[in-house]
Amino acid sequence: MALITTIHGDMEEVLLEKRVGSEETDTEIINWVEYWYNSELVHRSVHMHLKQGLDVFGETATFS
Amino acid sequence: MASTQAMCSSFKQELLTGTHVIGTDVLKIALYLDAATLGAATTAYSATNEVANSGTYTAGGSTVTFNAPALTGTTAYAGPTSASTVSWTSFTATGFSAALIYNSTKTNKAISVHTFASQSITAGTFTITFPTNAAGTAILNLA
Repeated sequence: MALITTIHGDMEEVLLEKRVGSEETDTEIINWVEYWYNSELVHRSVHMHLKQGLDVFGETATFS
Repeated sequence: MASTQAMCSSFKQELLTGTHVIGTDVLKIALYLDAATLGAATTAYSATNEVANSGTYTAGGSTVTFNAPALTGTTAYAGPTSASTVSWTSFTATGFSAALIYNSTKTNKAISVHTFASQSITAGTFTITFPTNAAGTAILNLA
């Protein structure tokens, strides 16, 4: 049986209500998993996938 | 106020002085609360508004291994191996929305600030998967 780490210690997954979801923004994709027990959030995990990093553009001046 | 995504200005100057050896120096990533005000003006790691120690997250965050910088066309880039991850387990934190990458080998000098939608973790795992390590998508790009 699967055990889930919760704020109350390890609990059997079958006792919990599982909710999953995802969100996407310009910069990241987020997938989350929640476990609820008696209407209380007892576990939440998030996996965030960064889409891209940062850019710096270089310039050079001309001689005059 | 919140943090602003940026390559730190001090890092740009330090590139010109040869301070950083990306791919050799030990780089770390730390997480910050919504109240943090990191951005281009950030010069070094600070514990102010960093998420609290919890589970496998400890002050200063975790090491993130960068590949040696590469060049494609006119773009030099550097970052962790494509789709590599860093994660913290048995972790609880509420309302954090920024990560600072910094150089722990060089007196914790700041490199870049990355912002994201505010997150909360409860007795769980927070995983960051890095983007494709290629020109234009890598964590750091100099074009």
